[in-house]
Amino acid sequence: MFAEAIEAILVDHCTPATLRAVESGQRAGALIDALADSGFFDLLAAEDEGGGGATLSDLFPIAFLCGGHAVPVPLLQTIASRLIVRTGLPPRALLTFAPSLTELDGEVRAPHVPAGTVASHVLGQMDDQVLLFTTADAEISVTGIHASTVASFRWKQGVGTALEPRAGPAELQPLAALLHAGLLAGAMKAAFDLTMQYANDRVQFGKAIGKFQAIQHQLSVMAEHVAASSIAAEAAFAGYPLMPRTIACAAAKSRTSEAAQLVASIAHAVHGAIGVTEEYDLQLYTRRLHEWRMAHGSEMHWNSVLGAGISSHAGSVADYVREITA
Amino acid sequence: MSQLLDNFRLSAIPARSEAFRQDVKGFLKQHVEGMPADLRSRSWMAFDATFSRQLAKRGWVGVTLPEAYGGANLDAFDRFVLVEELLTAGAPVGAHWIADRQSGPLILRFGTDEQKRNYLPRICRGEIFFGIGMSEPNSGSDLASVGSRATLQANGHWRLTGRKIWTTNGHRCDFVIALVRTSGDPADRQKGLSQFIVDLKLPGVTVRPIRDLTGDSHFSELFFDEVELPMDALIGDEGQGWHQVNAELAFERSGPERLYSSIVLLDRWITWLKDRGEFEQHAQAIGRFAAHLFTLRHMSIAVTAKLARGESPVVEAALVKDIGTEFEQSIPAFVEAALTATPGLRVDDDLLRASAYVSQMAPTFSLRGGTREILRGMIARGLGLR
Repeated sequence: MFAEAIEAILVDHCTPATLRAVESGQRAGALIDALADSGFFDLLAAEDEGGGGATLSDLFPIAFLCGGHAVPVPLLQTIASRLIVRTGLPPRALLTFAPSLTELDGEVRAPHVPAGTVASHVLGQMDDQVLLFTTADAEISVTGIHASTVASFRWKQGVGTALEPRAGPAELQPLAALLHAGLLAGAMKAAFDLTMQYANDRVQFGKAIGKFQAIQHQLSVMAEHVAASSIAAEAAFAGYPLMPRTIACAAAKSRTSEAAQLVASIAHAVHGAIGVTEEYDLQLYTRRLHEWRMAHGSEMHWNSVLGAGISSHAGSVADYVREITA
Repeated sequence: MSQLLDNFRLSAIPARSEAFRQDVKGFLKQHVEGMPADLRSRSWMAFDATFSRQLAKRGWVGVTLPEAYGGANLDAFDRFVLVEELLTAGAPVGAHWIADRQSGPLILRFGTDEQKRNYLPRICRGEIFFGIGMSEPNSGSDLASVGSRATLQANGHWRLTGRKIWTTNGHRCDFVIALVRTSGDPADRQKGLSQFIVDLKLPGVTVRPIRDLTGDSHFSELFFDEVELPMDALIGDEGQGWHQVNAELAFERSGPERLYSSIVLLDRWITWLKDRGEFEQHAQAIGRFAAHLFTLRHMSIAVTAKLARGESPVVEAALVKDIGTEFEQSIPAFVEAALTATPGLRVDDDLLRASAYVSQMAPTFSLRGGTREILRGMIARGLGLR
């Protein structure tokens, strides 16, 4: 039910034109105001803090929506930030995550933070400490990747505010990865829907290209991986009220990241050259599929995490896999 | 836009079914654990009537059938748990597999009271074993082109002539349920087909095992030469064979056996790596298999939830089978290469045999129960593309 209300805002205020405007450096004022005014930033905050009291599993449909609309601001991270800390977050702040802060030469550094150029704050982790920074205080550098909002930050040591974790020592990295698994699943579904539409509309050799068996089989494979990604992410969001299990996040981020490459590739293969043009919307999704695949660890990282788990597990692989969400 | 993908939503196995798992694990520890990995890799290809009867004694054959017919009255989730444990252990379940999975449920759904009373209790006791009679020498993926024919006689009996092929363990089974033409001709396609329960001991039936590339004879070919079938050999309604066979295929395609065909090899390889202290080298690849299995298992449970609700998730089952068999095939493809990543290392013969068996049989994973191309066509139809 939260998801429907958020979707209504996104339909109105998060159009492909909004995405293009944000990616060219403009502020998504109407979108951010509508989201902040709606109170959805506090959806997961504890009820005794005036929040919505929703849980991690309520977040999956929202993650899927944010991915499906390629939301160009860190809405999902902002909503999820309430799982990590109970108090101390500025109410209208747009937060993004930097799970592995490092200290060097009197500075705190956060490399390649997703949505860094559009966030107002960064919630970071150094050892067991959760630290809040404003992006205004930082020295910011961008990657130079066209239209990307990824940014690297450097802050003077001591400018961050330490916040009390809401439930035990915080583990930002798996949570941040899980959020991106949900975003990937939603963006893959959107890319799939666009590709299906195109296959039905585009006529060659006197019929819709979707009538050709070679195209049908590519779309079937794409559908399999979109379905797989969606349920892998959904499973990892389920079952825990606040923080997810690391191995569930690992499985979800690995599976969705691996699928992202394949799904983007089939989407473009079916579209032909129009798919890689700036003016056609497919690129709004496929560029994000690649960026989100890399965000907070690709499948290679998370496969290693799962591998390490199996290394120290006494039962069969099937037992290990079953216990991921048990 | 098609709703097919919306059907893959998370479902959980009920606690009641999970509680059953430990019983099954205990039984398998006692009966299967010491078997060599290459034998365990055969699992639902391996025919072992004694083992099936031991399972039947526990009440674990025909588990979804009602108690009135000797079944355990368990639901699709319970069966998922049972089958998952049997397959991951590599239990030799081939003898009763087809009856438990599809013939029993088919008879329950389409059979007369008399047929149910005749066959189902014997299935549940592990006394009679069934095979599938769908493919023919000239009718594989194009199943509606079957040419075997049963003709109604003046005395009400049927006379069956034709051939069936690729029936798993047909030479060891007691019955097959055969899809044959009862009216019209092959040009009529799906119309005029019916299903018969054929007793393989009847005069005129010849069963010939077919040797495969691994040295096994798990396939067989069946010849029907004017076989006189009693009136009640017809199962379901005359002319409804196509509809019935599709319901049967939903059972055939949806189960965990489409995820676990290579799992014994994977576990055996991991044990070997751990024993040699070489796990780390392949930790990432093994982690990837786990991520895939995690996902496929949830997809399969989503399909099981539909079966448990009494639906017939034909397209969803096809989708899971296609992506599941790809996973099954990726395991031997990787393990085979990994085993001699360092030439000269001594690999256990039991592991080598398992790797060879699974590698050689892996192409059949995406043939049996519907080829990859047929399944992708079904998905495309489910997506509204055809």
